[in-house]
Amino acid sequence: MTATMVKTTYREALREAIREALQRDERVFLMGEDVGAYGGCFGVSLGLLEDFGPERIRDTPLSESAFVGAGIGAAIGGLRPIVEVMTVNFSLLALDQIMNTAASLQHMSGGQYAVPLVIRMTTGAGRQLAAQHSHSLEGWYAHIPGLRIVTPATLEDARGMLWTALEDPDPVLVFEHGSLYNLAGEIAADAGPVDLDHAAVRRPGDDLTLITYGGTLGRTLEAAEELAGAGVSAEVVDLRTLRPLDDATYLGSVTRTHRAVIVDEGWRSGSLSAELSARITEQAFYDLDAPVERVCTEEVPIPYAQHLEEEALPQVRDIVAAAHRTLGEQP
Amino acid sequence: MAARRRTPAKADPAAEHERELLRTMLRIRRFEEACAELYSATKIRGFLHLYVGEEAVATGVMSVLEPDDAVVSTYREHGHALARGVPMDALMAEMFGRQTGCSRGRGGSMHLFHADTRFVGGNAIVGGGLPLAVGLGLADHLAGRPRVTACFFGEGAAAEGEFHESLNLAALWHLPVLFVCENNRYAMGTSLAHEHARTDIALRASSYGMAAWAVDGMDVRAVEESARQAVEAIRHGGGPHFLEVRTYRFRAHSMYDPDRYRPKAEVAEEKTHDPVTALAELMTSEGRLTDRQLATLEKEVAAEIAAAVEHAEQAPLEPVEDLTRFVHSDRTPAEVT
Repeated sequence: MTATMVKTTYREALREAIREALQRDERVFLMGEDVGAYGGCFGVSLGLLEDFGPERIRDTPLSESAFVGAGIGAAIGGLRPIVEVMTVNFSLLALDQIMNTAASLQHMSGGQYAVPLVIRMTTGAGRQLAAQHSHSLEGWYAHIPGLRIVTPATLEDARGMLWTALEDPDPVLVFEHGSLYNLAGEIAADAGPVDLDHAAVRRPGDDLTLITYGGTLGRTLEAAEELAGAGVSAEVVDLRTLRPLDDATYLGSVTRTHRAVIVDEGWRSGSLSAELSARITEQAFYDLDAPVERVCTEEVPIPYAQHLEEEALPQVRDIVAAAHRTLGEQP
Repeated sequence: MAARRRTPAKADPAAEHERELLRTMLRIRRFEEACAELYSATKIRGFLHLYVGEEAVATGVMSVLEPDDAVVSTYREHGHALARGVPMDALMAEMFGRQTGCSRGRGGSMHLFHADTRFVGGNAIVGGGLPLAVGLGLADHLAGRPRVTACFFGEGAAAEGEFHESLNLAALWHLPVLFVCENNRYAMGTSLAHEHARTDIALRASSYGMAAWAVDGMDVRAVEESARQAVEAIRHGGGPHFLEVRTYRFRAHSMYDPDRYRPKAEVAEEKTHDPVTALAELMTSEGRLTDRQLATLEKEVAAEIAAAVEHAEQAPLEPVEDLTRFVHSDRTPAEVT
C-alpha cells in the first residue's frame, strides 16, 4: 500500500517542519530578521506569527551577532531556539558567536554547557543577487569542530531535517539553497523526521559516482540523466550532512564505481570538494581508475549579470564533461 | 518550632556581612597574587589576566545575586568566579590544566565555567558575552522565571558592535539582564579617551532606554548598593539595567604586558584607593574589625589558597585519550529520537 501523497514545495515543507516543532515542543521558538510580520525574507514563516504569536515568532533587529548569540544563550537557558539568518553572507556578522561560542562552548567548559541551537540560513547563487547574497560558505562552516552542518536538497529533507536537528544536543546549521524554495513535488502526507547521519544515494549507477549536496543536486541528477543517454551509468550521492561527513556512503560508492566527480557550489580552493577529494585519495586511492574530478564555482565573487553568473556556477554541461574525463572519453 | 539559641548580643549582621565582603575581596586578592607567582614558576601558562584592584566590583555585584541567577564573564574572571562561589580548588586546578579543573583543563584562566553556580563562563572575545547574556535573559523571560543574568565586560567592549546590538535587544525586549561595565580605563593598553569619542559609558547605555549609572568601583559597599537596587528592579520587571563601575587595574593587562602606556604616577595614585584596604580600614576605624580578626581572616584565606595549590599539584591530568571529548555531546540526535 502506498502512503497518501500530498503536493508541497520546499518552502512549505520547511514551514510545516517549523510549525510541527512549535506544536510539539513549547521550548521551541523562531527568531530572526523579518520572520514575523513580513513572513520571512523567502516566505518560509508566512502565517506562523498569526498562529503562534510574537513571543514564539520573534522579529529581531538587524543585529546578527546579538540575535545569534541570544539564541545560544536561550539554548543554554533551556529553550530550543530556531534562529533564521537571512543569508549565509549575513551570517558572517555572527561568525564570532557561531564559531567562538556555539561551536566552542561545550569543549571549553569541559562538557558543562552544550548548545542545542538550530540556525537556518539561505545559501547559494543563481538568482542574480550578486556578490553579497550569493555565496556558498557551508563548506567553511563544515571546517569547524562542534557544529553539525546539514543541507536539505529534497522535499523530504526540508520537511524532516529540522526536528532531528532540534533533537541534537549540539548546534546544527541548516543551509537552504535559495534556488530550492520553489521546488515542488509530492511527499508522503505523514512525512516526518529524517536521520542526519547518513548520505543518500539519489540515483544508483555503476560507472562513476557523482557526489554533491544541496542546491546542485538537481543539476547533478540532470547530468546523470544526460550521461545515461550516452550509455554512462552514474551514481548520485547526496551528502545531506557536510559535518560530520558520512564517509562510508560516498567511499562505498567510489570503491564500486572507481571514479568520482565532486560537484560543489563552493569555490574550489580550500573547499569541501578539496576535503572530499583528499578523503577519497586517502581511503580509496587503489580503487580509483581515474583522478578525482571537481566541478566548482569559478573563483570570483558572484557577478550580477545573468550570463556571467551562469558561467561562474557549476552547470550540467560541466558535470557531464567532468564525468566523461574520468572515463577517458571526449563528451 | 524549637527554640533556637540566640546569637550573641554583640553579633551585628551588618558587620558580619561586611566581613564577608572583605573575606571575598581578600580571597580574590591573595588568589591573584598566588597566580602571579605560580605563573612565574611556570605552573600556570597561557594568558593570565589578574583582577587585582578590581575586587570590589565582582564582590559587590555577586553579593546581591541569588543562586539561580546566571553570570556571564570575561577573560579577567578569576574574581568573578571566586565571588560567585566557584570552589577555589576547581579554579586553581583549571589554572594548572588539570582534570579536576572547573573546565577539565580545557579552558584555562580565560575560560572558567561552573554550571552548579550558573557561572556561564569566561569569554575571551571582548563583547562576546553580551549576546549570550541577552539569550539567557530571553530564556528566563519566556519561561516566566524571576531570574537575573549579570553580564560583566570592560569599557573596551563598549566599542564593539555586539555591545550596542545587545543593549538594544535587551532594552527592546525588556529582558532581565544586569550589564556591568568594569571601566578600568584601559582596553589592554588603549586608554578610554583614546578609544571613545564619548567616554561617559553609562550615558551611552542610557540612550538605549535602560536605567544606567556610574558607581565608584573602589568602594565595595557602593557597588553592592547599586547592584542591589538594579537587581531588585530587574527582578520586579524593570527590564535591563546598566552599571558603569569605575575601577582600576593595579597590575598589567596580562603577564606579558610591560605596562608602558600608563604613567607610573597614575598607577601609584590609584593604588592609594585600594578597595580591600579601604574596607578594612573603614571597618577598623568604626570598630567592626579588630586587627586580630583581620589577621585570622588572612590566615584562613592563605590556608585555603595553599590547599587549592596543593590540590592542583596533585590533581590528575585529563587522559590524552579523552582529547576530543566534549566537542560534541555524547548522545546523537538519532539516540534522542
